[in-house]
Amino acid sequence: MRSRIRTLTDGAATGLAVLSTVLVVAPLVAIFVYLIYKGASSLSWAFFTENPKPVGEAGGGMANAIAGSGILLGIGSLIGIPVGISGGIFLAEFGRGTKLANAIRFTADVLNGVPSIVMGIAAYSLVVVPQGHFSAFSGGVALGIMMIPTVCRTTEEMLLMVPNAVREAALALGVPNWRSVLSITVRTASPGIITGCMLAFARVAGETAPLIFTAFGNVGWSERLSEPIAALPLQIYVYAISPYDEWHRLAWAGALVLIVLIVLAVSLVRFVTSRGVLKGAS
Amino acid sequence: MAGKTEFSAIRAFLIARGNSAIADSGFHWLMVLSALSIFGIVVLIAMELVLRSQLAWSKFGFGFFFSAFVDPYTKLAMYWDPVNGHFSALPFLYGTLVSSFLALLIAVPLAIGLAVFLTEMCPRALRGPLAFVTELLAAIPSVIYGLWAVFILVPLLREHVNPWLIKLLGWTGFFSDDNPTGLGFVAAGMILAIMILPIVSSLTREVMSAVPHSQREAVLALGATRWEMISMGVLRNARIGIVGAVILGLGRALGETMAVTMVIGNSPEIHRSLLANGSTMASVIANEFAEASGDLHLSALMEIGLALFAVTIVVNAFARLLVWAVTRGAPAQVH
Repeated sequence: MRSRIRTLTDGAATGLAVLSTVLVVAPLVAIFVYLIYKGASSLSWAFFTENPKPVGEAGGGMANAIAGSGILLGIGSLIGIPVGISGGIFLAEFGRGTKLANAIRFTADVLNGVPSIVMGIAAYSLVVVPQGHFSAFSGGVALGIMMIPTVCRTTEEMLLMVPNAVREAALALGVPNWRSVLSITVRTASPGIITGCMLAFARVAGETAPLIFTAFGNVGWSERLSEPIAALPLQIYVYAISPYDEWHRLAWAGALVLIVLIVLAVSLVRFVTSRGVLKGAS
Repeated sequence: MAGKTEFSAIRAFLIARGNSAIADSGFHWLMVLSALSIFGIVVLIAMELVLRSQLAWSKFGFGFFFSAFVDPYTKLAMYWDPVNGHFSALPFLYGTLVSSFLALLIAVPLAIGLAVFLTEMCPRALRGPLAFVTELLAAIPSVIYGLWAVFILVPLLREHVNPWLIKLLGWTGFFSDDNPTGLGFVAAGMILAIMILPIVSSLTREVMSAVPHSQREAVLALGATRWEMISMGVLRNARIGIVGAVILGLGRALGETMAVTMVIGNSPEIHRSLLANGSTMASVIANEFAEASGDLHLSALMEIGLALFAVTIVVNAFARLLVWAVTRGAPAQVH
């Protein structure tokens, strides 16, 4: 009797675990099915080549938003990637095991959990208020700050995988330490570091909250970095909460484009990391 | 980290013999500076938020977070009135807590179930794809969750789930039939649950795999069934880490902005009903910041941002410490 109850409990627990797995996978499938179903039917060539049209006119696209996202991500990467990689180099090459490095690692992890909307407010008061107007530059700063912790931590992890023998070999040849770090250690870990940067890039590519009051959005082309600029996630948000069917259609198409880009980046990262980034080195 | 002492001795010797001391120390300090900039960012954000919320702070003080005032015409409690310059963050604190709590209620059992399935039961062939799928769930941008929720989840709740909730649980007062839109706390809680599932489940998985195999074998050797092995050998040993994972999920839920803004209804009120419209700290900032009606309004929103910043820092730091306590020694991972 006792063993029967135990077997039943075991079966019930297994069933519940399987059920929760199904319940987790279900929304993902639902999201992707709807994105493809709704998005593909509204995608057209005009989506990539035309700017938004005024309410009531059919057609129009998000060409300016796609270009705007590219520019914002470019500025973000220019800020986030060098600082992040340098921070990672410090953690792995200079500060290993020190209190300072532990504190920085911890701060980076915590900063990673700070809501993106707070980053938006910070960029607003640091850049938009002194400048006096919304601008592409301020949006890029917000995205750049968000990239730093992710890039920093992945760089550190990848550098830690490089065996010490490689560093010692370089130093033994009389190479100065900075050359040894840059052209030997970082070079060895570069596939991993690049995938880490792409992961950070994919994460901020979909960020909307920090752009609402920095990049602000724009219905046409922006000619300068000091002007407000359109961004794909921002445009999706504005269109999704609008009352017009035509705009809803464009929102779905935009979401499909965005998700395809992000899934491609994430799959590439997984493909590269699962094949052993540093196989040749160890 | 093995052989660290030996490594640094050799390295110190070689570096000391190098003839590019200036370039080397320059490089060193550049890297230190970049790393320190992470501290700098946190300090800078805190300073800006404190400075720019001074106006609201000096006007309302601590009462900003719990006071209410009575509208002279309707005699109802009011909290947030930009037109007349009355601001109280109470409804947003309430909305943030309720929506996050609902999200945890739904997400935590599912996340633990998924982690148990993936680490202890799953056939090897399924493990990789399933882990990848949950990773994808984490990569979907918030605004796309919001879009999906607005057009699929909310109509579904409105037509099928809410009437049923009202009929079955209406007597508790938590599910009253006065909001025909389908927006509100239940919708926000559900979309938040879907969004925090991946992080809670992947961290739970990490702490569960950090439990040594000898623990599992010992319990199995005593004649335990698989579930007894999981509950006694694994979950019990990993419980502190799992609590950490849940708190980290809470940190994400507290600050989640876009999806919540799109489905919570955005009204600065406090209702007992979970089907009523509400607003969270993050959603009110997203909604009103760009068109704030004056310095005091902006300053009040800044103060809400500061509170959100402080709360998420504390929650995240606490959760990280708990997860570290369990996985210490195992390789660190980025989430």
